[in-house]
This record gives sequence, C-alpha cells and structure tokens, in this order.
Amino acid sequence: MLAGLFGVPIAWAISRTDMPAKGFVRLMVFGAFITPPYLGAIGWILLAGPNAGWLNKLWMATTGAGHGVFNAYSMPGLILVVAVTSFPYVFIFVNSALDLVSSEMEDAANILGAGTLKTTLRVTLPLVVPAIVGGLIVSFLEAIALFGAPALIALPARFHVVSTQLWEFFESPVRVEQAAAFALPLLIITVLMFWLQRAILGRRGYAAVTGKGGERRMIRLGAWRFVMLGYALFVCALSVLLPMAVLLQASFAKAWGRGLAFDNLTLNNFHYLLFEQTQAQQAIVNTFVYSGATAFAAIGLALAIAYVVNRRIIPFGNLLGFLCMAPFVIPGIVLAIGFYAAYAPPPLALYGTAAILILAYTTRFLPIAYASSSAAMRSISPEMEEAVRILGGGRLTAIRKVLAPLIKKSLAGAWLLVFIPATRELSAAIFLVGPNTRVISVMLFDLSEEGNFEVLAALGAILLVITVAIAAIGFRVIGRDFMVRSGQ
Amino acid sequence: MTKLALRGLTKRFGEVAAVDGVDLAIEPGEFVSLLGPSGCGKTTTLRMIAGFIDPSAGLIEMDGQVLSSPARSLPPERRGMSMIFQSYAVWPNMTVGENVAFGLRLRRLSNEEVRRRVGEMLDVVQMRHLAERYPAELSGGQQQRVALARAIVIKPQVLLLDEPLSNLDANLREEMRFEIKRLHEEFRITTVYVTHDQAEAMVTSDRIAVMNHGRIEQVDEPHALYTRPRTRFVAGFIGRTNFIEGTCNGAAVEFDGFAVPRDLIIGGEGLTGKVTFSVRPQSMKLARARSEGAGPQVPVTVIERAYLGEFWDYVVAPANGALRLKVTAPPLEVYAVGEAAVLVIDAAQMAPIA
Repeated sequence: MLAGLFGVPIAWAISRTDMPAKGFVRLMVFGAFITPPYLGAIGWILLAGPNAGWLNKLWMATTGAGHGVFNAYSMPGLILVVAVTSFPYVFIFVNSALDLVSSEMEDAANILGAGTLKTTLRVTLPLVVPAIVGGLIVSFLEAIALFGAPALIALPARFHVVSTQLWEFFESPVRVEQAAAFALPLLIITVLMFWLQRAILGRRGYAAVTGKGGERRMIRLGAWRFVMLGYALFVCALSVLLPMAVLLQASFAKAWGRGLAFDNLTLNNFHYLLFEQTQAQQAIVNTFVYSGATAFAAIGLALAIAYVVNRRIIPFGNLLGFLCMAPFVIPGIVLAIGFYAAYAPPPLALYGTAAILILAYTTRFLPIAYASSSAAMRSISPEMEEAVRILGGGRLTAIRKVLAPLIKKSLAGAWLLVFIPATRELSAAIFLVGPNTRVISVMLFDLSEEGNFEVLAALGAILLVITVAIAAIGFRVIGRDFMVRSGQ
Repeated sequence: MTKLALRGLTKRFGEVAAVDGVDLAIEPGEFVSLLGPSGCGKTTTLRMIAGFIDPSAGLIEMDGQVLSSPARSLPPERRGMSMIFQSYAVWPNMTVGENVAFGLRLRRLSNEEVRRRVGEMLDVVQMRHLAERYPAELSGGQQQRVALARAIVIKPQVLLLDEPLSNLDANLREEMRFEIKRLHEEFRITTVYVTHDQAEAMVTSDRIAVMNHGRIEQVDEPHALYTRPRTRFVAGFIGRTNFIEGTCNGAAVEFDGFAVPRDLIIGGEGLTGKVTFSVRPQSMKLARARSEGAGPQVPVTVIERAYLGEFWDYVVAPANGALRLKVTAPPLEVYAVGEAAVLVIDAAQMAPIA
C-alpha cells in the first residue's frame, strides 16, 4: 500500500501542476517500471545490508555508531523494496485518469469558494478514486505474485511469503501436488481481486473520468512546486537512482564493499561474464532468443484471434477473446507449476527444453499481446476494409494493403511490451529451466545465492542496458506513450 | 429498363426484421435516396446492396442478374460497385493520389491509364494540387472529396453512399450536397444514397424512398413527396404539417368548425367516411378580412406567434371548434396574439393520407 503513497502524489504532480522537470520524473518512473524487481532488491541489499550496506556505512560514519540502523533482510525491508518496484502501476492508472479530469470540475469548486488544496482533496482526488483503487489492486497482485525480490530478501532472513514457500516445495524432493494445492488460494485471491477491480472501474457515475477530457489547465504551485519535485525525486531515488547506482558501482568493482576507489575499478566482471563463463553467454543468448520467439508467437496468435473476434468471422469469438485474457489473472509462479505438472511428465516430457519456456512465456504474456492487438484492431474502422472490398479487392488484399500498414506501429509496440517483460521473467522461468536453457534472470538468482554480487551486478547491468536500449528504440519508433496506452 | 431491383428484400436479426419486404426498382443513371429516421433499415438495405450483409429473404438483381439471395450472394468485391462510407474510410497510409488509384490498380490498368484517370478525376473534385498529401493533412471536406473521387474513378455500375455528409459541419454539408449533385449530373452513375436529412435528399435525388420500420412508405419525386404525402409518417417526416380530420358529407368534407367543397380537393370524389388530411402551414394564408375567391375562408383567432426572420409562425384557432392550426406568413404580415383574422385555405394543397 506504500506504493499508493509513492504513486498518487507523483501522478497528480505530473498531470495537474506546473512542477518542473516533469520529463525527467516521468522517465524515472518508466525506469522503475522496466527494472526487474529482483535487481531492485539486490540494489537494496547492497544499500542497506546489515553493517556492510552503503547507507549503514554512511550512518556509522556520520554518527559514529557501532552498527547500522537499516536492515534490508527484514519484513520492512521487503515491503519497501516491493513498494518501490510496484508503484509505477499506481502511477500509470492515476495519471491517465487525472489526464481525463476536466479543469472545469475544479473551476466549479473554486467558484463556490474552495481553495486549491480543498478542491484537490475534495473534488479531484475523489474523482480518480476508482483509478487509485484499481492501481493499488494491480500493485497488490503484482506484489503477492512476486517471487524474485522476496526470495532474495526473505530467504536469508528466514521468513516465508507464499511465493517462496512454493519455491520450497520445488526443492528436491519435488512435491508438485502440495505446491499445486498451496497455489490455489493465491489463484483464488487474484481472481477475486480482479473481479473487484473490474466492478469498481466499471461503475458509471464517474462521468468525468469516463467522458471526454475538456480543457485542462495546470495548477500553479508557487514555491511548493520544488517541494513536490523534491518528493518525486526522493521516490525516484529510492526506486531507481540509488539501487541502480550501487549496482553499477558493484559491477565495476573488485569488491563492492571497498567503495569508489580508483584501484577498486575493474572490467573483470564483465570480461568474466562475456568471454570466460560459457554459461553466462548462453544465458544471455537464451534470454533474448526466447523472449524474441515469445514476442513473435504471442503477437501472431493474438493478432489472428483478435481479427476473427473483432470481425465476427466465427461464432463464440468473445469466449475465445476471454480465454486469451485469462492468463492475466494467473500469477506467474502458479502458471509455472501448472506447466510443470502438465508438460514435464511423459508423454510430452518437455521439462528442460526451450519449448516449455517459450510456451510458458507465450501463455503468460498472451494477454498483453491480445489486449494490444485487439485495441489496435478496434481502432481501425471496419469501413476501411469494406472500402477495399467494394472497390474489388478481396479480404486478403484488404489485410495486406490497408490493415497491416495501419496497425504495424501498434504491433511493434505490442512486440516490445511482450519482449521486455519476457527478458526479465523469473517466477515462471525458475521452475522450468533445465541445465541448457538457463536465462539471465535465473542466473542472477543463482549468483545471489552464491553471494557473488559483483558478477551479479555486472550481469544485471548487461540485461538492463540491452532492455533500455530496446525500449529507447521503441520510444523513438512508436512514441513515448506506448507503455501507458497498453498498461491497463 | 431497370438497373437495380430489390424484390421483397428482408433482413431479420433474430426476431427483429430490420428490413421487411422492400421492393424498389432503380433506372439506369437514376439517383434514389433512402430516407428515414435512424433504425428504419435504410443502412441495412444499402449494405445488402453492397454485399456486406446477406438477405434473409428476397432478391437483389442488377441488369437482370441475381446478386443476392438467401441461398447465394456475390461477395462485395465482385459486384463492380463502389461505396462512400460515413467515416469516409480514406486510407491514412496512402496519399490522395494512391487512394484514388487503388481501384484502378486492382483492375490492372496500365500505369499510363491510371495516372491519366486519377489526374482527370482529381481535377473534377478540384484536388489535383493535393495529390501528394496524406489524408491526415486534409480537412473533413477534402477527405470527403477524396472518397468521392476514389469511388467514381472506377466508373462503378452502382454508387452507394451511406450518410456521407453526417460528419461535416452545416456550411460544408450544404456545399457538398451540391457537389454530389454536380458529380451525378456529370457522370450519370446509378446512385443509392442513404440519409436521415430530408434537405440532403431533396437537393440530390431524382426520387426519394421514405423508409420506416423496415418498410418503404412511399417512393416519389421530391416535389410530389412534399405536396402529396400518402401516409401520416411521410407527411410528418418531410417538413412540418397539420393533421386535420374530416367527414365526407354529400358535396362537402366537414371539419371541426368549417367545411371544404369536395370538388376542390384533388381526388376528392373518391373519398368516403372519415379522412385525415395533411395541410402544410405554407399552403394557408392569413388575411384581415374576407375576400372574393373560391377557396374556404375560416374566421380564426391568433393564439401564439413566433418570428423566425424569414417568416412568421402563427398558431390559430377557428372561431367555432377546438382545432389548432400552424400557419406561416411573410415577415410583414404582422398579427398580434388575440387578434381576429381570416384563414384562407388552398384546398388543392390538402393531401388525404392513409
């Protein structure tokens, strides 16, 4: 719920006020969105690990205390890490809802004598309550299904959350039946929460949010705008800047605890990963090959289904569309257990193959692909195709000459939306990888169990750099709102 | 000779008959409008002609060949028609020139031929200087012209228009009405035009088919449709009118408060019993005093008035009787509310309706 505290004010500041440096803050939130939660967790372990963490060292140095005050390996630590990695969901929901609230709503309150603060608290925020709740629910669901961060923090701290408990069942001897039974409540909670979210967002009466935008003006904050900026930067620092900074430092360090000294700098970690350790090379290649294959498979499947559903070519199309969205409510870890149970035993015996990973990824990200494809398809009026047909072109000509060129941008966006999360997927992968199909995320996880944080940081940096590069290309090609548009 | 014929055309969606036994024969080169309120089945009829919807019963024939029947329908791409859509459906991924050339290229004409005909067509719609533009860079009216050019350039057997002007603002709509009429006069393409706007239909059409609840109520030339409506719906849908009920009695038709000689009413001899008439506000006049003349003159009192600039709208009540009648008068004929006047009725313009 801390995520709400982080996300809502920033969304409000960006959408409604004249706070400076909005572009930068937006970029940082986006950064938090694409950072894999487990990398954030590792960053925080380096920052706030007992005694050795950077923040603790700083504290000891300034106060002369014998030991640090922060402890990442704790429940509060875990909560903080999860909150800073999941607040972008709240941000996306609230920001897009606020963008739709007309300034006239606020003017109406002002003219009746309410000040800016009162108007914001009594009118603006209540109008976007459904969005706030929706965002919180999605954050919550992300959080309970999260595996990487809890595993990194909770296991050494010797407490369990649902996802780590499930992991425990998979340590030898594998107890699939128990895992499946244990996963069931998680699945039920998720489905219930999604139903709740739909019910809240589906309620009409919030006409301002569902209707058209109308004119929007920015609220002048005066000196307060720097306070706002400070807060926004503080959250960004917690979620992106600090963890990433220590990760980068560690990745170039011989020993991360020794600080930023010149003799501590080295490229050995990268060299080791890229040229010496064959496993790492293979993991990097695997990750991007699997993710790419997944993106193509998911988009291709989603597109074909979206076409027949939207153009009503077959009966019961809506049911098919619903099936495509269904994996969305299944936490990755539950999905992985299901895949393990279904495909690992003979006759398929797919365990440890690339196929099972790509299948699982495709299933997992099919909803994203389907939502994007379907939205793209709906945005093209059927009349565009009918115009081709009445002039003498068949259905295929219509698809080739008109539909495909019109949706190719959205499809490229959808491809990225599948590709990026696929590269960092951990919770399903960790149950399904075999010796030859390890991916970066799993390798990162193993490295952290070995405590080899320098190499780990370097590998994380490689993953991040490549993902950011691809996302940046996506931005350039598709325009920067592609993430937000399909984020719901 | 008939270009396009609809015979008993019916489309049912579940229990509801959206189009219910429509018969219509269209001559070559004729411009026919399907006019009616939303939900009357006019767009469904048009889409059946285009081949996007298959009929539940009945036939569509072109040049004597069956295009659509419940058993078999020719797909839209093989009908040699073209269509203009409500959203224009100008393809945003192609330039104006490419849009217009599309249908010609599908017909595998030589580059030479395509270039020449696209150029000529763009000249006709005054868009040649914009041939390299993309649709997103054009105004609504210009996009509409591109859609027109794209549809006409292939010299279609039949041109179909589906409320093409409903997305334009009022001034542009008026301009485009005349543009459509001009293009029709230039190319004489058999045209079916769907609209809910009576002024649009009146300006463009040779004949108008007024539709209601999936049926055609009346097919007539615009002038006849206005002056001689045959049903209550048509009289009320096209323009404004008064409905008054009369009883045939010997040589006269008696109304509440006055009577009209039967022989002054067109087709009056054939009337019997109770009959409802449509009397347009423009077909009556107000006068200060009785005058010499054949028509019925009724003493009335003015009970409401409104000035609309181009004319006055009066509501008058005959001295004896409970009728209320709408009358229009030129701007200079001013009567005060409560003033007595004489209502002069042109019986020849009274239309008995079913």
